[in-house]
Parts: sequence; C-alpha cells; structure tokens
Amino acid sequence: MENTIDTKKLILSKEDFGSDQMVKWCPGCGDHAILKSIENVFPEIGIPKEDFVVVSGIGCSSRFPYYMNTYGFHGIHGRAAVLATGVKLSNPKLSVWMISGDGDSMAIGGNHFIHIARRNLDINYLMFNNKIYGLTKGQYSPTTPKGSKTKTSPQGTFETPFNPGELVIGARGKFFARVVDTNLKLMTQVFRQAAEHKGTSIIEILANCVIFNNQVHALITGRETKDDSQIVLEAGKPMIFGADLDKGIVLRGTKLVVVEIGKDGITEADLLVHDPSDPDPGIHLMLANMAPPELPAALGVIRSVAAETLEEAMYESIEREKKTSKIKCVDDLLTGGGTWTID
Amino acid sequence: MTSKKDRVVELKKAVIRFAGDSGDGMQLTGSLFSDSTAFAGNDFATFPDYPSEIRAPQGTVSGVSGFQIHFGKVDIHTSGDLADVLVAMNPASLKANMNWITREAIIIVDSDTFTDKNLEKAGYKSDPLEDGTLTGHVVVKAPIGTMTKEAVSSLNLDNKTAQKSKNMFALGIVFYMFNRDYKPTFKFFEQKFKANPLIVEANKAVLTAGYYFGDTIEAFANTYKVEPADLAKGLYRNVTGNLATAWGLLAASERSGRKIFLGSYPITPATEILQELTKHKELSVIALQAEDEIAGIVSSIGASFTGSLAVTTTSGPGLSLKSEAIGLAVITELPIVIIDVQRGGPSTGLPTKSEQSDLYQALFGRNGEAPVIVMAALSPVDCFYAAYEASKLALEHMTPVILLTDGSIANGSEVFQIPKVADLLPIIPPIVPANDPDYKPYKRDLEKLSRRWALPGTPGLRHRLGGLEKDNVFGNVSSDPKNHQLMCELRQEKVNRVANYIPEQEVIGDDHSDVLMVSWGGTYGVMLTALEELRNEGKSVSLTHFKYIMPLPRNTREILSGYKKIVVCEINLGQFVNYLRMQIPEFNYLQYNKIQGLPFMVAELKDKVNELLNDL
Repeated sequence: MENTIDTKKLILSKEDFGSDQMVKWCPGCGDHAILKSIENVFPEIGIPKEDFVVVSGIGCSSRFPYYMNTYGFHGIHGRAAVLATGVKLSNPKLSVWMISGDGDSMAIGGNHFIHIARRNLDINYLMFNNKIYGLTKGQYSPTTPKGSKTKTSPQGTFETPFNPGELVIGARGKFFARVVDTNLKLMTQVFRQAAEHKGTSIIEILANCVIFNNQVHALITGRETKDDSQIVLEAGKPMIFGADLDKGIVLRGTKLVVVEIGKDGITEADLLVHDPSDPDPGIHLMLANMAPPELPAALGVIRSVAAETLEEAMYESIEREKKTSKIKCVDDLLTGGGTWTID
Repeated sequence: MTSKKDRVVELKKAVIRFAGDSGDGMQLTGSLFSDSTAFAGNDFATFPDYPSEIRAPQGTVSGVSGFQIHFGKVDIHTSGDLADVLVAMNPASLKANMNWITREAIIIVDSDTFTDKNLEKAGYKSDPLEDGTLTGHVVVKAPIGTMTKEAVSSLNLDNKTAQKSKNMFALGIVFYMFNRDYKPTFKFFEQKFKANPLIVEANKAVLTAGYYFGDTIEAFANTYKVEPADLAKGLYRNVTGNLATAWGLLAASERSGRKIFLGSYPITPATEILQELTKHKELSVIALQAEDEIAGIVSSIGASFTGSLAVTTTSGPGLSLKSEAIGLAVITELPIVIIDVQRGGPSTGLPTKSEQSDLYQALFGRNGEAPVIVMAALSPVDCFYAAYEASKLALEHMTPVILLTDGSIANGSEVFQIPKVADLLPIIPPIVPANDPDYKPYKRDLEKLSRRWALPGTPGLRHRLGGLEKDNVFGNVSSDPKNHQLMCELRQEKVNRVANYIPEQEVIGDDHSDVLMVSWGGTYGVMLTALEELRNEGKSVSLTHFKYIMPLPRNTREILSGYKKIVVCEINLGQFVNYLRMQIPEFNYLQYNKIQGLPFMVAELKDKVNELLNDL
C-alpha cells in the first residue's frame, strides 16, 4: 500500500512529466529550478506515471500542478495538506506530492500543517519558503524576519516569525529537510530521500522571490558567503563545513557551537555525527534552528525517523475488521440485532 | 398478566414522557419502553430531550432530561404533542414538564424526592403535590427511593448502587399501566450487565417491584392497552435519524462500489453519524476525524478526486466554515455529500434544539455562482433513503449535494421497515475506463451535463483540477470572458436538470381545496398528522411537503395552483417561502413560522389552518 520504490525502474523520462501549459512564474524565480528538479526525480521513483498526484494550495508555488503532466489538484488557500490527506487515505497506492508556500502553510494553513506532520501520512510536502506573499504582491508572511519592511509592514514587522523546521518537530513530525533553490543537485537528492521515506516528508525549500524579496536568502546561498553560512548534513558523517572544510559543529553544554578543526586540539572525532534517524528530536531541533551568522544554516535531511503511517494503521484495521466482523454487507448490518418481525 | 382485566381500556394511541435528573437514566428507561412497544407490535416514534450540559446542576430545572414516546395502533408520524402520562423522578422534572402534558394526564412521581430542599432547587414555593397545582390530574405518589431500597434489601448492595435502579421501578409501574410483559426486559439486563450478576438481579427485582406496586396500590382507575398496529409484513427495527443517515450512506457505498470517505469534525447534533460510520471498518469506511470543519470537507474533496463516496457531516456553524470548500467542489464538479443536521442559530445558537435554520445557507451561502443540489430528509426513517438518494445524485451528476436533516429527526426515532439493499435503485457513477481516447476533463454527458470521473492511478487520463476557472471540455485554466459565462451557465443548468431525475411533487389531499399547507424537511410527521386530523374533521385542506428543494420538482408550479390559500409552515422566519416567492412568484404565499427551538405542535398547526379557513 505504501510507495514501493521499484529497483528495476520503469523507463520514464522527464518528458513524461512536462506539461503543455505555459509556465507563468517570473523570469529568475527560484520555482523554475524546483520544477526542473522534480521533473528529474519523478522518472526515477519507479512507479507508473499515472500513480503520481500533485496537490497544491494557493500562491505562486501552488501553480505547480498545472506545470506537471500528472494527476493534479490546485486547491484552495491553506488547505493543500488536507486535500492531500484525502487523496492518500482514499488511495494509498498513489505517490502524493504536495506543493505549498510559507503563507499557504504557515499562516492560513497553519492548523493543517501541524496536523499532517503529526498524522504521518506518506506524503511528500514541498514548502517553498520565500518569506513573502508573492502572488498578492509583497506583504509579509509568518516566516518574514522580524523588522522587515514590506507593503503591510512599512515600519518593519513587529512579529516573531516561525521557523518551519521547529514547527515540524514541535508537531512531532518524522521527516524534515531543508534545501536551497540554487542547489539543484542537493534538491534532487533530498527529494529522492523524501520519496523513499515512508511518512510525511516535509521539505523547506529556501526559494528566492526576485520581485518582492530578492536576495532574502543571500547570506545562505550567495557565492561569497554560502560556504561559511550553510552546512549540508549527511547521515553518519561528522558535521563539517566551510570553504576549506575546516569548521565543525560540536555540542558544548546544551548548545551547538562552531569550532575550528586543528585549533585547541579539536579533531574530526570531536565533532557531532549526524543521525537523522534518532527519534529523540533534541539535536534535530537545534540543527533546524541554526542560523547565520553565529551558526551555519543546516541543509539536507535533518530528521528522518521511521514510524507507522496513518494509512497503514487505518487499512490494517479495515483488513482486521473484515476478517473478524460478522457484518459482511449492509443487509447484515440492518438486520443484525434489535429487530422484530410482523407476520 | 394483570389482575384487573375488567378495567382495561383500549387506546388507539398514547404519549408517555419519562423525565428525571440528567443522571437518573431516563434515556435508558425510555429506550427500554420503546423495545417493549416494538414487542407489543405498535407503531411508535420517540424523541429525547436533554440539556446541552452533560451534568447540569442536580435537582434543577435546567438539569432535567426527558424521553417521550408516542405509540399506537394507528400510524404514528411524530413523537406526540402533549404527554398522557408523565413520569417525574423529582420536583424539577415535574416543573419542567407541566407545559408538555395534557390537562388530564396521569402523573407518576417519586414522592421521596419532594423534600423541602429539592422543592427549593426546582423553584417551587410550596409542594405541588399538596397545593392544588395538579388538580385535574391523576397523581400517583410512589415512594420510589424507599421501595427500590426494599426491593434489593436481600442483595446487600450499598444504597448508592441500589438507587441507580430507581428508574426501573418507574418503568415497572408504567409496564403495569399498559399491560406490558416485563420479562423480555430481563433479557436486556442479562446482556447489558453480564459482568455483574448482582446488578442484573437488582434491576429485575426493582422492575418487578414497580410492576406489583402498580397492581397493589389501586391508584389507577383503569389500565390501558394499545393493540398492535396494522403494519405491513416484514422485518422491523427502531432507528434514529442519525443512525439511518449513516446506514443510507453505507447502502449507497455498497451499491455504487465506492468506499465511503468521511471527513468530519464532531458537532452537535451531527456527531452520531461520524461515530456510527467510523465503527464500520468491516464495510471499508475510511473515517477521518479532522482537525476542523474545513479539513473535514477538504479531505473529502481529495478523496472524491480519488474515487471515494465522499461525505462530510456537520451542523449550521460547521456548514459556514465549509462554504469556500463547497465552491471548490462545485467548480471541480466532483461528487460530495454534505450532511447538515440543522440546529438553532445563528452562531452557536441552540446546539441541542432543532430548527430549519440553514436553507438559505445551503442554497446561497457561497461566493460566485455556486449551485448545488439541496434536499431535506422528512423523518428519522427517511434519513436512510435521503442519504442514499443524495449519494446517488452526487455520484451520477458529479456535483455536491447538501442534505439537510435536523436535530428533531436526527435524535428522534421511529419504526423502520428494513429494506433489502438490492431493492434500492442502482447507482452508476460515470467512471472513465483506462486510456479512453475520448476522455476530456470537462467533456459532458449531453443529458445530465455532468462531466466524467477519471480516477488517479488510471492510465491515460492524467488531468489537473482546481479552483481556477477552466475552459469547457479541455479543462485548462481559462479567464476567457465567454468561457466563464458558459461554464457558470453549464454548472447551473446541470443542477437544474436534476429535476428530470427526481420524483414529481405530490399533494396529500385534493387537487383543489380551500387551504394548501406547504412544508419541507423534518416537519413532515407533524404536518401529516395535522392534515389527517383536519381532513377527518371535514376541512378542505391539502398538504404538499418538499424533500427536493434545489432543484424543485418539475411539477411544483402546477401543484401549487388550485388552492384558495397557500400557507408555508416552517421552523424559521420564512426561508422556504421566500425561495418559493423567488422561484414561482405568481402565487400569494401566506406563512406560519415558529422559531423557539421546539417542533410544531399538531394543535397549533390546526389552529392556524382553521383561522385561515374561517377568514375565507
């Protein structure tokens, strides 16, 4: 019932998933790269093309289904997570991909966001975070950094933003990854891992809005700065980063800190080794919260913990009841108990 | 069974109301009397009346819980206006129900509870058993607490446990009054309290003691008997509207071959439908208790896209929250059944009281031109057929259907002749076969104007749906002016054409009479009873009662002509009458509206009609 990733891959190419619809995102928008990456990943998953469903909410990112040649559903604002929930529960065989933005997921759809994370359906949730409302032309979102001037915060925002990863972990989510729209290779790799993970895989994509919030992620993605302000986590590997790969992360007391390898007797062996499969969310939460300039932003799969999915639990219950119940059809139900006959 | 056979009076029908504190077990007492009534072969209908608080302050009027049963040798359509017999387990329940009994009603009270403290809690200045309040009534003062204690004295129960059986003493008295056999109820005790034989014995002893108390004290001048009703041969059961709704959906699932997906959020008085459906995993029900009303309907829309019989159940405030999503189902032309068990509004309103509150909301409560099929169930039993038909219309016409029931019929029960699922009309959803070269997302059936259902996972039918306007046939996003007008008209016309697939409207009575009563939905039983009584009195009155509202049956205009006066009776301020004025403006519609959280009474409907007849 879950997506079984077939090793002998079906022979599909990205042409199988391209749509004949004109892509109407702004030139230079990060969304183009994400679309390209998805077109790379889908043919490799090993399921027939008719088994993909792409579901979205409202916002620039949510136009995505129209640009994919799959079964698709462009929903209403904030509700993609529950639309996807219905699709997956109704037919667990389908590979369900959900596209949403920071406004769609964190503001109007905030309630559904935490519940999909907790329910753990096998859905791949791509959250394009450009920290702004693009489609309505430039209002602040729940992830906009405090103090940012936007059309609805001319003096700068007064609100503390959400960190999506923190929210996923707080909602007892089992999978959280972060990628940047400028790194196609990493994106593709993480999407693949999300597809393989059985459960709700939430991926925050730091996406650039060239029009209303250009360079919002520049510190993390900029050619000059990125090496020192991002770390790509890999399972089982020590946490090393920096242009010269000479920096690392250690746990000191209750805090993560950056150290220089070779300085003060620090060696690679002292560094934290990434374990995304640890059910304890403690370190994952700290990793998700890391931010430059003090700490590098964590990219890659931060948390990936195996757990039963909602659809597995429900369908197992159905199979069990079918075997044990005396009721085999509706006639049995109507006539079972509490009846009397008039002759 | 009685020693007073010479004083048995035969009745055509009777109404009994059991009332007590909300912890006194009155609902159980009522349902056991219902079982006994079924066993006696009577037709019957019941209605529970309980406070919205789970345990309101003990002994107060607001904490009174009641259960009314109307049973007869004749056809019974309602749970009855006023009770002929009131069982009042404390002063508060007597006070709360004095307006709901006939002038000559027999009142059975637990006299042990009429203490100064309890009288004060109930708000009595003096003891109604002594001060003349009950003049005209036969009052049976039974020291139920004391007698219950005595009845179980040999079982060594603590007093608190013993007193829990008090309600069975009252039931015993009523069984005696109506010449009922109490033995079948023993079987219920044996099953219900299987784990605790002492409790079984206690209940048996107390029920028997109540029965013989009735026999011994000679308080009753007569006992009563209601002969079996002339019901058609067949298998029967008692059913509430909510249960019938759930079962109707299950039957539709079986006949359509589409498993049920229910996305719902608990809300009074609709919750029992969710509770019932979620039990039936063996019938492949997928039930999601959603995080809110919106998640309930939107998950169902996702499941509809994927090929399930999609359902969401709610009440008025929940329907408000679902409005935007209903629009999504309208524009994507996906089938979904939305069940609104109406309650008093606006806002939180009167959660446990019934009202025909949401017709406007069902018809008009969305942005844009967003027509849906609207229908209303007539009675507890009709909830089964209405839920089945709503599913059939949604699946075959690819459209949302709003089915309105209400708190009265949802919680009320009546006798249900069990149909065979195979005898129901078939349901054939327009599912597209794999690789159909002719498939286009918005290509339509030329008769129904419905599009076809292409399910994800099917080869060769990939397509995109969504809330943005689509071009006709191909289904690509389109903001073309002419296309939008065409699509709006097509969606409206599709719903209008449902009129060709539903039964024609009928009149009960004559094609021409002085007054035509018009009503819709859950008031059917009381309207019919009023009509029957008026016609038996020789009055020139007819009734037409609507189940299908959007669209109206094709012959509605024709039906309404031929009457000197038309009066539209509703439990609201006139929602259906205004809809009729809009749809069929050429008639002069009078209206009769009541909006008190209470059902119509037969007597007040008759008064209204008589007033109209006198004015002719």
